[in-house]
Amino acid sequence: MSVFIDQSTRLVVQGITGRDGSFHAKQMIEYGTKVVAGVTPGKGGQRFENTVPVFNTVAQAVHETHANTSVIYVPAAVAASAIFEAADSDIELIICITEGIPVLDMTRVLPFVHERGARLIGPNCPGLISPGKSKVGIIPGNICKPGKIGVVSRSGTLTYEIIHQLSTHGMGQSTCVGIGGDPLIGTNFIHCLAAFAADAETAAIVMIGEIGGTDEQRAAEFVKEKVKKPVVGFIAGQTAPPGRRMGHAGAIISGSSGTAADKMAALAKAGISVMKRPADVVPLLQERL
Amino acid sequence: MNLHEYQARDILRRHGIPVPPGEVATTPAEARAIAERFGGKVVVKAQVQAGSRGKAGGVKLAKSAAEAEAHAKAILGMTIKGLTVHKVLVAPAAEIATESYVGIIVDRTSQRPVLIVSPAGGIDIEEVAAKTPEKIHRLAVDPRYGLLPHQALALGFALYSDVKQARAAADIMQKLYGVVYAVGASLAEINPLVTTADGTVQALDAKIGIDDNELERRPEIAALRDVSSEAPEEVAAREAGLTFIKLDGDVGCCVNGAGLAMATMDLVKYYGGQPANFLDIGGSSNPQKVVAALRIMTSDPRVKVILFNIFGGITRGDDVANGIVQATKEFPLKVPIVIRLTGTNEKEGIAILERAGFKALADMDEAVKQAVA
Repeated sequence: MSVFIDQSTRLVVQGITGRDGSFHAKQMIEYGTKVVAGVTPGKGGQRFENTVPVFNTVAQAVHETHANTSVIYVPAAVAASAIFEAADSDIELIICITEGIPVLDMTRVLPFVHERGARLIGPNCPGLISPGKSKVGIIPGNICKPGKIGVVSRSGTLTYEIIHQLSTHGMGQSTCVGIGGDPLIGTNFIHCLAAFAADAETAAIVMIGEIGGTDEQRAAEFVKEKVKKPVVGFIAGQTAPPGRRMGHAGAIISGSSGTAADKMAALAKAGISVMKRPADVVPLLQERL
Repeated sequence: MNLHEYQARDILRRHGIPVPPGEVATTPAEARAIAERFGGKVVVKAQVQAGSRGKAGGVKLAKSAAEAEAHAKAILGMTIKGLTVHKVLVAPAAEIATESYVGIIVDRTSQRPVLIVSPAGGIDIEEVAAKTPEKIHRLAVDPRYGLLPHQALALGFALYSDVKQARAAADIMQKLYGVVYAVGASLAEINPLVTTADGTVQALDAKIGIDDNELERRPEIAALRDVSSEAPEEVAAREAGLTFIKLDGDVGCCVNGAGLAMATMDLVKYYGGQPANFLDIGGSSNPQKVVAALRIMTSDPRVKVILFNIFGGITRGDDVANGIVQATKEFPLKVPIVIRLTGTNEKEGIAILERAGFKALADMDEAVKQAVA
């Protein structure tokens, strides 16, 4: 078992003929992901790399290929529309890699996705990988190893750094999920922690947070109450400058709780082992396993 | 991107929110002329994007046009929180009866625009929230239906017992909600929302923050950007497609990805150093971005060492290496450089660096230790 994706994942790539979409579609196919379709309006009928059929709409792709998962690489200006389309076409899992979607667009996208019963990961995320099984997104496959550690992170390259630390010390991963760095995202820490807690292949969990918002604190509460597996955490931004916030109303919503110090304290209080630096991940996991 | 008070007031006025008159001056003589038109009794307000302008001496009442000119002379050119004042707003001094607060922000937790109102406005609203939370009223708005009239009216009554004033406030709230989606705001605040001596409800001061991701599709809003109100390095960085925030230390940091950039700064501190900046070169790097990054970092005389931490994903190691080599040909480095390079195309990148006489490290901790030593 793994989390969210596995061998039954049938993937449609939205924006498959674009620069990023075509590059990463090739990488995913090489990794063994079942890429069953691509979508680029106006290029329906073509074949990507002479094999993967390209459709004008997601609905056609789903009808013809039974795709159940979508990954989005389209430009920010049309990315919200791409998420609407995927959710409207019976896609169960939507992963949006695109960075730069206006937050107000997401206030309309999220209730729509929820009503259609789909799960959205991202936007502005690196996607996810179940090493040796399937990869959806842009996490470099060569730094991952199959194993028992579940990784969930708000970051991109910092996630690679942590995965790299794990793999080079022989600690493989069950699934690594990048949930995205935007203020409004479809899947949060708690969703991923719950999935890892229920996953028989995951023995321990690494969560990587950062400053801003209160997601990490709520995740810590969840860990304390519901997660029996060892959890190790990191918060980036201990030296981030204070005062870069969104006016008074932002401060009212988050108070001082958006700081790294507050988040690290909340994690520690919930029994999560807190890293001071990325290289601490391996010794802390060894202590807890 | 934050707008100036006068820009925010213009937007509110165009959306039908009652805003008292006021004009912008860039010289003391202009301020005097405006004050004369308003009858002499005016307030002169520094137009900088910093809080507590009043405490810093950037807001002054004048009893005559001559006094307005003198105040403008004092305020224009002064610096508030490191920002130089280039413009003042001159507005008639209002007879204020009450001051309230109305704000809208997109809330991460409810994932909705949240309306926040308080009858205790005009002052530091954070303090109100901390000390008297019962004076803060919130409503998460369902974006599918918008702010409904009965919801707005209920909040209007939280501010005023008089039905006319409550209705006026409700109307302002609905229009402010419209402003948020019309201009792509991540924050829209009226503080204070006042009642004047004759009982009318008006937006005296306004603040609007625009989501940077909205600017591409809203050129008319992007045109409101005032580069003179920003640090020059941050302007240069943005124009080069980089995210840069200046800090007080001496270790220049150049990293791909915001999370790794913050973790790198934290590690610099962990090993006893102080980061000079946050600098994210972003995803798909091209060598020109790296050249721009080096140019910005080396323009700060406090920077004693430059640290690159690159974990290639979309960013390619050879692109970064080419950028470093190209930059050091254009302007020779006067400070040492420590490079950590791993991930996509690391072999190609390391080869390029070694041919140019640079060394590259594979480990993040090793690189930071070397930079701090």
